[in-house]
Amino acid sequence: MKLSTRKLLDKSFTGYGIFAIILMACALLLIIVPIATKGIQAFIFRGTIEYRKLRLEKFEEGNLKKVNAELKGSQELRKPIYDMIDQFEKDIRELEYEERREYRKELREVKKSLKELFGPAPGDHQPVLWREQYGQTRWDRAKIKIDQVLFFEEWDYSNPDKMGVKVLVDRKSLFKGTSLEPLFAYVEKHAQSILQPKLVFYWRFLFDESFDAHFFGGIWPEVLGTLYLTLGAMFFAIPMGIIAAIYLTEYAGRGLFISLLRSCISTLAGVPSIVFGLFGLAFFINSVKVSESKSVLAGSLTLALLILPTVIRASEEAIRAVPKTYKEAALSLGAGKWHTVLTVILPAALPGILTGIVISMGRAAGETAPIIFTAAVSVGKPLHFWETLSQPTPALPWNIYNLCTEHEAVDEIRHVQYGMVLTLVALVLILNLAAIILRARISKKLKG
Amino acid sequence: MVESPIQSTEVDNAMNGTDREKSQETASVDKNHNKAPQVTGGKGNNGAQVQDDCHVTTKDFSIFYGDNEAVKKATLSIKARLVTAIIGPSGCGKSTFLRAINRMNDLIPGCSTSGNMIFDGLDIYSPQVDVVALRKRVGMVFQKPNPFPKSIFDNVSYGPRLHGMLKKSELEQIVEQSLVRAALWDEVKDRLHQNALGLSGGQQQRLCLARALAVNPEILLMDEPTSALDPRATAKIEDLISDLRGRYTIIIVTHNMQQAARVSDQTAFFYEGILIEMGDTKPLFTKPREKKTEEYITGRFG
Ligand SMILES: Nc1ncnc2c1ncn2[C@@H]1O[C@H](COP(=O)(O)OP(=O)(O)OP(=O)(O)O)[C@@H](O)[C@H]1O
Ligand SMILES: [Mg+2]
Repeated sequence: MKLSTRKLLDKSFTGYGIFAIILMACALLLIIVPIATKGIQAFIFRGTIEYRKLRLEKFEEGNLKKVNAELKGSQELRKPIYDMIDQFEKDIRELEYEERREYRKELREVKKSLKELFGPAPGDHQPVLWREQYGQTRWDRAKIKIDQVLFFEEWDYSNPDKMGVKVLVDRKSLFKGTSLEPLFAYVEKHAQSILQPKLVFYWRFLFDESFDAHFFGGIWPEVLGTLYLTLGAMFFAIPMGIIAAIYLTEYAGRGLFISLLRSCISTLAGVPSIVFGLFGLAFFINSVKVSESKSVLAGSLTLALLILPTVIRASEEAIRAVPKTYKEAALSLGAGKWHTVLTVILPAALPGILTGIVISMGRAAGETAPIIFTAAVSVGKPLHFWETLSQPTPALPWNIYNLCTEHEAVDEIRHVQYGMVLTLVALVLILNLAAIILRARISKKLKG
Repeated sequence: MVESPIQSTEVDNAMNGTDREKSQETASVDKNHNKAPQVTGGKGNNGAQVQDDCHVTTKDFSIFYGDNEAVKKATLSIKARLVTAIIGPSGCGKSTFLRAINRMNDLIPGCSTSGNMIFDGLDIYSPQVDVVALRKRVGMVFQKPNPFPKSIFDNVSYGPRLHGMLKKSELEQIVEQSLVRAALWDEVKDRLHQNALGLSGGQQQRLCLARALAVNPEILLMDEPTSALDPRATAKIEDLISDLRGRYTIIIVTHNMQQAARVSDQTAFFYEGILIEMGDTKPLFTKPREKKTEEYITGRFG
């Protein structure tokens, strides 16, 4: 081949490689950036006076005097709103039944959305649920609620050729000429000064329990549950996997049984995770009864089974990659087989084994299906270590799924979902980083 | 028959072996390897008169890689406490034969033997032999340097540690001693705790020699130990070999005729797996009985 063609080939190959990497980086950014920017909003957001009130009343956090002063100002600004409503209610009593009923209905809507925005009106009875005791604690949510006070949605079917179109209708128009009409302008103008949004750094999001089904508070039980499950799975899978790999590489012969075993392991790696979940339920909980019902222990065991093939495969490959000469050297010095494995082969194979562990750790942390039936619950307290033997736990992957599919008010708690996703990604990243650093240090030690 | 540690099973070896080995190792440390290993029991320590004792003898010993007979019916005896050189052209089975003596060929799938190889009165290929105990007594330096990816210190101390020497001071002493003997000490004394893979090829080879010496074996097998060394280091190793002579049985494979002539007492000449001639070095080099031998040592082939 001519030198110029060779150079051209080299160059185009390099170019193609760089292109592939850049493409991948872009795709990754496309995923990571929204996760990060939205997830961080669970930690940093503009909290309203309602937020400060909640922290004060429920957690005795914050400056009592200051919050009370702010509340007072807020209440003064709210008063005209409720006065206007009172006045309007008085006014419509004079009206004809039909008209009155119509206005009543519309007023109910206004009152409902006002309640969602500012919390219960003065004189209302105290509701039981936290979410009804307070108005919007987050300014971003509050802005949406303000819009709901000012506008309502309607479907426009006027064009028969097209599907219905959603249009926003100004609520003010419903109350034209009544004493309630100024209310909407007033709310629009004063909402911000009523709610007094201030920047909040809510790092405790990570370490707080959730309150009222994730409407308030943090995700510590989920984080802790994920840690328990992941480390538990590692605890079972790593020793088993490595020992199995040692057996397969150093001790096993080449019989039919062994090749059957190998193909079983390969097959296991491809089994869908939901099958592992069902197996875990059937085997660990129903047959072996490691716990009465769902528990972290059962979940860890199931996850361990799921990642076992990966650990075995990676360890096997790493052990096979250790130069034969190391083994020869150890044996020639009078080391037994087991001793050789422990002192020479395993240390040399450790970086490769760790790679497998890194991969499977990410998988164990993020798997949802295997823990649905074996370990996960939607709401729970953070567990003590010994409770993991018998108690189920919330866990990030399951709760992310749960919050966006089964929660009664999905839209209200988007920030919690994103916060959970960010935390899960960060958690996996940190666990991986730790393993990668460890691997780098071992590799360096091995290479000298 | 003399008690033979290689015959014992793992368990009783561990029981009756530990004390003796310990005392032996400590003794040899104390006296700077001045004493021959006592593991050979009754045959030990009688000085010159045991020199003719045969340490390893083979009878019709063949080694096969699958169907390929790499060593063909070799019958020879290697004398205790002398240096035996194995020479022959490349691929004639020298390494194969050497590796058979401490059963390193066991690791190669498909490798089998026939005939007898007697070490210390016992056929080392008989089933009751404890291979681990055998290899403890038969040390080896491989053709390609194969240090562990560990520190220099850990490399040399691997054997002693394995055999129960755990005191740091003792280990330090034996590491230094072994490195000095392998003519490596001066080069590495300041970097004992650096990784051995950072050494040059020749240094690595001497490190492997030091590592083998640290176990204090009775037989030392060396497969071209100086092929990667410069003349000075080679001279040092040759000095070492003459130094160890009389205390260890040394079997050395070499492509260097002068070296074989210089360091060995006995020489075996292999050709295409067949042992052509074996005898005292001097006569073999000056008046070879076989024509092939003459042709080889005068450099007409190989
Ligand atoms: N692992 C192996 N598997 C199969 N055949 C082998 C193996 N090792 C060596 N052989 C064969 O056995 C014969 C002897 O090899 P050996 O390594 O003993 O030669 P040698 O005399 O040491 O050569 P050199 O001087 O080049 O080291 C050669 O024909 C070689 O091809
Ligand atoms: Mg060779």
